[in-house]
Amino acid sequence: MSFSPFRRRLVLGTGLTILLLLPAMASFAGDPYLITLFSRILIYALAAVSLDLIIGYGGMVSLGHAAFVGIGAYVVGILSFHVQDGSLLLSWPFELQASDAALLVWPAAVLISALMAVLIGSVSLRTSGLQFIMITLAFAQMLFYLAVSLEAYGGDDGISIWSRNRLPLVDLSDDSSFYYICLVCLLVFLYLSHRLVFSRFGRVVRGAKQNELRMQSLGFPTYRYKLVCFSIAGAGGGLAGVLIANQNEFVSPGLLHWTHSGELIVMVLLGGMGTLFGPVFGAAALLLMEELLSAYTEHWMVFLGPFLILVVLFAKRGIYGWLSGAGGNHA
Amino acid sequence: MLKLRRVEACYGSSQALFGVDLELADGSVTTLLGRNGMGKTTVVRSIMGMLPLRAGVIRLEGREIQRLPSYAIARLGIGLVPEGRRIFPNLTLRENLLVAAANYAGASEPYTMEHVLSIFPKLSDRLNHFGNQLSGGEQQMLAVARALMINPRVLILDEATEGLAPLIRAEIWRGLTILKEKGQTILVIDKNIDALLRIADHHHIMENGRVVWSGSSSQLAADKTRQSRYLGV
Ligand SMILES: Nc1ncnc2c1ncn2[C@@H]1O[C@H](COP(=O)(O)OP(=O)(O)OP(=O)(O)O)[C@@H](O)[C@H]1O
Ligand SMILES: [Mg+2]
Repeated sequence: MSFSPFRRRLVLGTGLTILLLLPAMASFAGDPYLITLFSRILIYALAAVSLDLIIGYGGMVSLGHAAFVGIGAYVVGILSFHVQDGSLLLSWPFELQASDAALLVWPAAVLISALMAVLIGSVSLRTSGLQFIMITLAFAQMLFYLAVSLEAYGGDDGISIWSRNRLPLVDLSDDSSFYYICLVCLLVFLYLSHRLVFSRFGRVVRGAKQNELRMQSLGFPTYRYKLVCFSIAGAGGGLAGVLIANQNEFVSPGLLHWTHSGELIVMVLLGGMGTLFGPVFGAAALLLMEELLSAYTEHWMVFLGPFLILVVLFAKRGIYGWLSGAGGNHA
Repeated sequence: MLKLRRVEACYGSSQALFGVDLELADGSVTTLLGRNGMGKTTVVRSIMGMLPLRAGVIRLEGREIQRLPSYAIARLGIGLVPEGRRIFPNLTLRENLLVAAANYAGASEPYTMEHVLSIFPKLSDRLNHFGNQLSGGEQQMLAVARALMINPRVLILDEATEGLAPLIRAEIWRGLTILKEKGQTILVIDKNIDALLRIADHHHIMENGRVVWSGSSSQLAADKTRQSRYLGV
């Protein structure tokens, strides 16, 4: 990439330092709300990075990514509902007790999101372009209405979660601890994604984005590669959903709504598509803008449009590309 | 090595190949000649499984491949330098080569990145450039080099020198000559008859979806009327 390596390190180093020190800075500034806000930024960054894997690297523009966020969140919500209720999660074909142990719930939620992504991807990836956008949107909306129709789990109103998941040694109800767990999740996902993108698997997916037939004629069944990539992204979205549910102590169908998917796309575009770190900046920019502007007007979205246009026009690789001095001629 | 019998192929409802017969001997360099639109690329697409056949059989070392998907055909050892834009513009030169690296055919001395770069030494300086930062000639050399990285039993080049300056073209012909000396089986489609007469062993001329003439280099060289009639040279 034609990023200037020094500037890039500087930008990433500064960003990481801010994130690492944030809870300390927040308590120094006497504003604990900053921790909540930045936890939210970290979580959305995770969702946006996972979306960048398929949009930026795989060329699969999904307008249904929020579905996986929602699935992850609902797994946490439904399990916590049963724990609170004392009822069984499943009574047939075997009896299954619900749990609120993070070490069980979180991997289960991520796995279920990934499996749903395999299911949705295996149909959607038979199409491409506009059709792919529409079909991912349709799947996500189906799940949205499914969530609305789950009367037992609050339907439209969603599920209130009585307490965050339990983790040994770490108290998730403490906002600083929760913040650091979110940071660890984001950093681990970024690291794994970075490894993935620059592995052979990543080369196949990136190459197939440009020309799928050509990649097949080198011996790669590109459909399978894209499907695996899609389900890894789904898993990342699911993990973000798990964290959202825990942070808000509440899940509702709105999480799966297509506008939520749209916000994730905006984060990817703002931050820089196909840059992995960019979506972190994109998530921060969008949520901070929302935070600052919504204090003045409820129509803060009005400012987002022009801002997005400026970024897309003048910063080809988004905020991250602009900060780190990316050259222009990268496909 | 590779054998096509009575291959017929269509684009939708319009038939493009009408019973093509073609045979590539082990270690030979064979050409497919013909004017624009005669069906050369269509033959290549048929071999690579990118176009469903209406009839006919394609065998690679005796094994029928005409119903296999492209990736499986590549894995059996057919390396393609496709027509048109050939490389992955968003991967670096090194990545373009690495992604292809394989030894599907189980060659005893497989090509590695070093071997391939020694055939096209100009590429060595540009390993970290993205595909779209390379010149046309570099892109074409890279496309040949990349096809070699899968260690193909058969290497197919579809207009690999199209639009290149004579010096760069010569570079590609030089590369092919090295490959030929190593015993690589090659099917080449190109408009430069003079170069092909030097390098290739057998020639096939296509017209309107059929092979209308086959023969050796000396036969073709001697037959000026045929050259002008079918090839317009
Ligand atoms: N994708 C396509 N859809 C429909 N018809 C096609 C397609 N590609 C080629 N054809 C038709 O098939 C016939 C053979 O085309 P083909 O590309 O195989 O010719 P060619 O010999 O490779 O020509 P050239 O020298 O220009 O590359 C032509 O009549 C062409 O119009
Ligand atoms: Mg052609």
